Amino acid sequence: MEVEAAERYEEFAAQMEQHGNLDIAALFAKLAAIERKHADALAADLERGGHAIGTGPALAAPGREGLETGSVDALHYLMTPMHALAIALANEQRAFAFFAELAERPMPAEVRRLAGDFAAEEKAHIALVRDWLERLPRPAEDWDYDPDEPRMPE
Amino acid sequence: MNAPAGAALAAKDFKSDTKPVWCPGCGDYGVLTSLARALSDLGLRPESTAIVSGIGCSSRMPAYTTCYGFHGVHGRALPVATGLKISRPDLTVIAAGGDGDGYSIGGNHFLHACRRNVDFTYIVMDNHVYGMTKGQASPTTEPDWDNALTPGGSGLRPFQPLVIALASGANFVARAFSGDIVGTAAIIAEAIKAPGFSFVELLSPCVTFRPEQRAWKELIRPSPVQPTDDPVRAARRIMTDDGFNIGVLYAGRRKPYQPEIGHARKSPVELARGFAL
Repeated sequence: MEVEAAERYEEFAAQMEQHGNLDIAALFAKLAAIERKHADALAADLERGGHAIGTGPALAAPGREGLETGSVDALHYLMTPMHALAIALANEQRAFAFFAELAERPMPAEVRRLAGDFAAEEKAHIALVRDWLERLPRPAEDWDYDPDEPRMPE
Repeated sequence: MNAPAGAALAAKDFKSDTKPVWCPGCGDYGVLTSLARALSDLGLRPESTAIVSGIGCSSRMPAYTTCYGFHGVHGRALPVATGLKISRPDLTVIAAGGDGDGYSIGGNHFLHACRRNVDFTYIVMDNHVYGMTKGQASPTTEPDWDNALTPGGSGLRPFQPLVIALASGANFVARAFSGDIVGTAAIIAEAIKAPGFSFVELLSPCVTFRPEQRAWKELIRPSPVQPTDDPVRAARRIMTDDGFNIGVLYAGRRKPYQPEIGHARKSPVELARGFAL
């Protein structure tokens, strides 16, 4: 799940770089690095516990991509840091809701404990992203106005 | 592609290092991801798969995959794909493009590819607009879409690709949505597996020239009925839905067209000899 999320953030970073929005490209690259670090930490935990590292598809709701994977249609070439972090916040909130609900299900105690741990981690990530968001200036009302927009002249 | 022969490949192994130049938020990113996922799910390999395209934003697809690719002439993806599949039936052939390329410039080829029913898959990323040339009305544009080039709208009845494909003999007809990565991957995989000419109409928003299409994701829904092999029933369903039912709509039983060509195969040197002055 973390690897898939990292790959999507890397794709987002590449898209923004391609279109010259370098600040947002850097922000997405940072988010990708955080997800990669998280994935590496989880892999190390698994290895220490003598468990195999899964290679299957990301944990996801039926028919959906991974819980922390951003939607491919979420970008705009003029998007601001606030828009980028809103994507990250939504991803973390989806993951939190899933694990919090899983921790309440009638499952083996170890699964519930792990789900609870993951929910707590996701909750901490939500708080972190919210903190970043609060420190950012709100985007101007016309943030998507482009004086040289890619349209045919009237 | 350096993966050892026989090793299972992940979806990312089907994406090339060439970064797409599509607009951020473009539906085609989703299609690329779904296509890569479908090829991985089917256990295919880049060296046994060919992606053929015409011209347009979505026709850049071959460059973004690690498969063999042919980025060809406007509207001519289908004849190239037909020739390739007939001469190399061992390859998995996929033609990809947009609504302008496929339904206007290549419209005639579309009809006859359906009729011929050669065993390959055609994915049309339909955004109801010519994006690469900056927003002209395409064959599937709504008649009242008001823009600088067609003030008040074109007034023209939109092309109906699914029902035309069905009437012309396509053996597999489906509709998918680019924002539904997993569902679209499954539909593309079904299309590739289905014998004969498989047609996937893929709703893929153009966020630059048709930003209102971002709302499509609120409108799409799984088709409420199972696929049918009855073309009359399929046609009735397609003609009466609102264009947002997603899924396999028709899976027929026509035998694919695959002529014997072994005796006609010539080496490039032999072919070149025929053109010598």
